Amino acid sequence: MALASLRPSGDYRATYRADTTIMPTRNSRIALWLGIGVLCLCPLVLGRWELSLLINIGILGIAALGLNILVGFTGQISIGHAAFFGVGAFASAWLHEAFHIPVWACIPLAGVITAIVGLVFGAPAARLKGLYLAIATLAAQFILEDFFARARWFTGGVAGRITEPLTLFGFAFDREESYFYVVLFFVIVMFVFAANLMRTRDGRALVAVRDHYLSAEIMGINLAYYRTLSFGIASLYAGIGGALYAHYLLFVSVEAFNILFSIQFLGMVIIGGLGSISGSLMGAAFMVMLPEVVQMLADALSGSPIDRALKLGTSINYLREMALGAAIILFLIFEPDGLAHRWRLIKAYWKLYPYSH
Amino acid sequence: MAEPSPILAAEGISLRFGGVRALTDVSFHVNRGEIFSIIGPNGAGKTSMVNCISGRYRPTEGRVLFDGQDITRIGTNRRAALGLGRTFQNLALFGHMSVLDNIMVGRHHLLKTGFLRGMLYWVGGAQQEELAHRREVEEIIDFLEIQHVRKAPAGTLPYGLRKRVELARAVALKPKLILLDEPMAGMNLEEKEDMARFVVDLNEEWGMTVLMIEHDMGVVMDISHRVMVLDFGRKIAEGRPEEVLADPHVRRAYLGEADEVTQPAEEVV
Repeated sequence: MALASLRPSGDYRATYRADTTIMPTRNSRIALWLGIGVLCLCPLVLGRWELSLLINIGILGIAALGLNILVGFTGQISIGHAAFFGVGAFASAWLHEAFHIPVWACIPLAGVITAIVGLVFGAPAARLKGLYLAIATLAAQFILEDFFARARWFTGGVAGRITEPLTLFGFAFDREESYFYVVLFFVIVMFVFAANLMRTRDGRALVAVRDHYLSAEIMGINLAYYRTLSFGIASLYAGIGGALYAHYLLFVSVEAFNILFSIQFLGMVIIGGLGSISGSLMGAAFMVMLPEVVQMLADALSGSPIDRALKLGTSINYLREMALGAAIILFLIFEPDGLAHRWRLIKAYWKLYPYSH
Repeated sequence: MAEPSPILAAEGISLRFGGVRALTDVSFHVNRGEIFSIIGPNGAGKTSMVNCISGRYRPTEGRVLFDGQDITRIGTNRRAALGLGRTFQNLALFGHMSVLDNIMVGRHHLLKTGFLRGMLYWVGGAQQEELAHRREVEEIIDFLEIQHVRKAPAGTLPYGLRKRVELARAVALKPKLILLDEPMAGMNLEEKEDMARFVVDLNEEWGMTVLMIEHDMGVVMDISHRVMVLDFGRKIAEGRPEEVLADPHVRRAYLGEADEVTQPAEEVV
């Protein structure tokens, strides 16, 4: 199945530059710019609730992309991603409060701090694989959670920490309508960075380590370096996502970054598509929308016999969790390559229509 | 012509896995610019020898000199930069990457862009570097005649093409010495002829020294300058192909004792 090489007839590439673009065709580039344009108009028409969903998708999408670089592209595993997300959130708040660094600078700096923390906890990845690495990252999750609860200077302890909104030239991005643009900016930058990474030397090296580490080593790739680097990059993304989260909610609590949240990140990556950049965003969107859809279904059924039998109104929280678990299992069975692959199949279908191949 | 200095010298290589002796005191050298073949029955230690050179195994005894430098204890991943490339007996491509990306991985040690400059791409020179190397990679793609599959995921290709892609990836390293582990195994006659032509061209036109393991005697005798024969982990012969073929030890290793082969085989219709 050579889906990767599907190109419309008449699309000739005369230069190597034209052959190395991120978006494969002219129409896809137009669609991308149109999509960004439409998103820029969103705050003018959508309500705060819809915007908050989009903001959550963006923030979680950035962090999920980091995890995808680690799990999908490098073939490592981490069940402590939410802890790094938390490090980013607290680091940004702490940097602003302790050093009075402007928030716009805190966000990338928080990313760097999280990357360093990630490198430390990722060090075992240089030697461990599979299940053993999973346990090592689980340890990172619990160590960091414990650290959050105890390090009052950093996190404010169990009381949590109040954060300041992002301000730029005196303008405070403290409402959904304005913060939406901040998140959109970071989503674009971080996704472009990832796309660029994956089409250059170090990105290819990460995938090579995943696909065949023995021959990667023969090709001159330092396995320990790239396995650790992958943790660093994943944590960078988690940290920036966390920092955006902190300055959106304006309050960070210690309990938020538990292992369930880590599993949710894994779910996003699996549902979106392992080893797919755009899939990370799709997975995040799926994960944010799923509880809403469950809620809507429950609301639609309220008063009906099903509702009376299952008591939907009171058990909605469990239903959400169950829907999440069911979604992960169903994806693993029926679409292990995730939404991104499904999207490619849909595109291929219409490109080839009315023929099947 | 004076004897050129050897590019590779193995001195007294022994390799043991517990009680199993894979290699016992094997010494040989490969001269600059030659095609050197290692042959031997199955389990003779040919691939173990190549693994000792490429760094997958560390010999229990002995040392490997490459270009005059002792590389016995040098990390596997640092040997690419020294000019040592290899292919594998059982295909070892990066299955989900495109053919092009597979070959570009071969350029890894020649590229200088780290992840930060890679992320920035347009500023910092990553793009220029990518495009410059792409040009050179395309030459390799042309040479090995795999233009039509350059965008296909390597894992989806048929066997013969995968072998060629693997060769392309090893060539992309710009190796001084290229180790080929059974480049023609499992190929039909036509594919074998193509592969033999590639190996000879690499040697004569690209100036690479070739160390090759191969079972196809016809190819080995045709294109090798010198041949070494291993049997049960020991070197039993080394020299020009026709000398090796005439060697009584080699005949015994391959064909058994003389009286066993006097019986003509039954004609199969």
